[in-house]
Amino acid sequence: MTPLLNVRDLTKAYGGRIGCADVSFSLYPGEVLGIVGESGSGKSTLLNCLAGHLPPDTGEVIFDTRADGPRDVLQMSEPERRMLGRTDWAFVHQNPRDGLRMRVSAGGNVGERLMAVGARHYGEIREQALDWLDRVEIAGERVDDRPAAFSGGMQQRLQIARNLVTGPRLIFMDEPTGGLDVSVQARLLDLLRGLVRQMGLSAIVVTHDLAVVRLLADRLMVMKDGHVIETGLTDQVLDDPQAPYTQLLVSSVLQV
Amino acid sequence: MITVEKLTKTFTLHNQEAAVIPVIEGAGFSVAPGECVALTGESGAGKSTVMRILYGNYLAQGGVVRIGDVDITQAEPREILRLRRETLGYVSQFLRVVPRVPTLDVVSEPLLNVGWSEADAKARASDLLERLRIPERLWSLSPTTFSGGEQQRVNIARGFAHRYPALLLDEPTASLDATNRETVLSLIEEAKAGGTAIVGIFHDLDARSRVADREVDVSAFTPKAA
Ligand SMILES: Nc1ncnc2c1ncn2[C@@H]1O[C@H](COP(=O)(O)OP(=O)(O)OP(=O)(O)O)[C@@H](O)[C@H]1O
Ligand SMILES: Nc1ncnc2c1ncn2[C@@H]1O[C@H](COP(=O)(O)OP(=O)(O)OP(=O)(O)O)[C@@H](O)[C@H]1O
Ligand SMILES: [Mg+2]
Ligand SMILES: [Mg+2]
Repeated sequence: MTPLLNVRDLTKAYGGRIGCADVSFSLYPGEVLGIVGESGSGKSTLLNCLAGHLPPDTGEVIFDTRADGPRDVLQMSEPERRMLGRTDWAFVHQNPRDGLRMRVSAGGNVGERLMAVGARHYGEIREQALDWLDRVEIAGERVDDRPAAFSGGMQQRLQIARNLVTGPRLIFMDEPTGGLDVSVQARLLDLLRGLVRQMGLSAIVVTHDLAVVRLLADRLMVMKDGHVIETGLTDQVLDDPQAPYTQLLVSSVLQV
Repeated sequence: MITVEKLTKTFTLHNQEAAVIPVIEGAGFSVAPGECVALTGESGAGKSTVMRILYGNYLAQGGVVRIGDVDITQAEPREILRLRRETLGYVSQFLRVVPRVPTLDVVSEPLLNVGWSEADAKARASDLLERLRIPERLWSLSPTTFSGGEQQRVNIARGFAHRYPALLLDEPTASLDATNRETVLSLIEEAKAGGTAIVGIFHDLDARSRVADREVDVSAFTPKAA
């Protein structure tokens, strides 16, 4: 099987400071990869480099494109990369405000993504938007409300609907359950798991929450000071961590 | 079906003065299809550790653990995931599930993962839940709020749903009443009759002598203090 994403020696520095360094991994279709690590360890930097939001200094990000097979995303032209971002990738931000348009209705937020990939028929767009609101458990009658009127959990679910409506193959998430209370988190996780399975999505999830990765991720990558210091099956890394830092991380939480 | 050779396991506790704890040294045994092998040995001998290594949950420092044609100690995560989906089941001592997922779905999930239709998977799951006497009114609820014994029975139903060629059981009859214990023992006997290779830990001696064909004393692999 061809990996969906093949990352080789990705490095990004901010002036003299390391963002992330020498990161390599492969992600296969249908796999969910979790990334954990302390604050400032380079998780967001890595995710943003992968998603084309930030230019890395060196490295390769080979994505298995629908049309032409594996290609280095970093060598693509800007319009090509932007199109890939709309059709094949999705990015769920920690703060829904960064991923939603707050002045546009809920339905508009979802519909806009469809229009960006060429949908024109108003009735069909609205129908799909309503279908997606339903799938993320937002009542259809809220379709014309602006996200500003939604709770944090609803905003996060709307962000997911907006991202998934175009049927992406890879979804990047930066702390998708951050700032939500535990019962809302559980609901969101359940939703994400269901969608990942139904749509055969691959996902890369950054989180500081080990309970979240245990439930969501097949594989886990642990970062420290910009480097990947440990990788493996999620339950293996959490239950039998090898690196000193991972042992500290796991032992400092009560139970996961 | 299961072959263990020269297995070695040590834990290095980096944050406790890098203490090195040798737990298993030179373990070897094998389990044929349709056979049940019981791991024995006093508390702390390393029974659960061996079982977790067989499942890929703990890393081995040395040796070979072959499940079918895969060496777990060398396999890539995604090979282990495939093995766990298709070949290797594990009934742990405690149920661990995603909150909010109904019991019926928890039990049918392993079947959906190997391509069963929704209807067939639910039918088999219902069958098992019925045999394990989980009242039908609970099937639509998440098991997170169930009693310990109920959770354990849901765990067992889930573990036995797909007929894995290899199955690991950690204390499957603990804290069950006589009737449910009997059901679990017959599930084990049926799995054996169906050709499943089983490794089990049973503190319940009657259960052990009834289902186990052989015993492997894990204390024999406890490293001697140097
Ligand atoms: N725009 C920037 N300019 C300069 N340095 C930056 C910039 N963004 C990040 N850094 C630095 O790069 C390093 C990695 O930051 P990054 O945001 O990737 O960490 P993180 O793992 O996502 O942390 P957190 O868990 O707090 O979100 C940090 O030392 C950070 O200060
Ligand atoms: N994750 C771990 N980290 C460090 N040490 C561990 C870990 N897991 C097990 N051990 C140690 O390995 C040894 C064997 O433990 P194990 O749980 O395998 O014993 P057991 O035979 O299953 O005992 P019991 O009958 O009490 O369940 C013990 O000394 C235990 O402390
Ligand atoms: Mg970050
Ligand atoms: Mg034990």
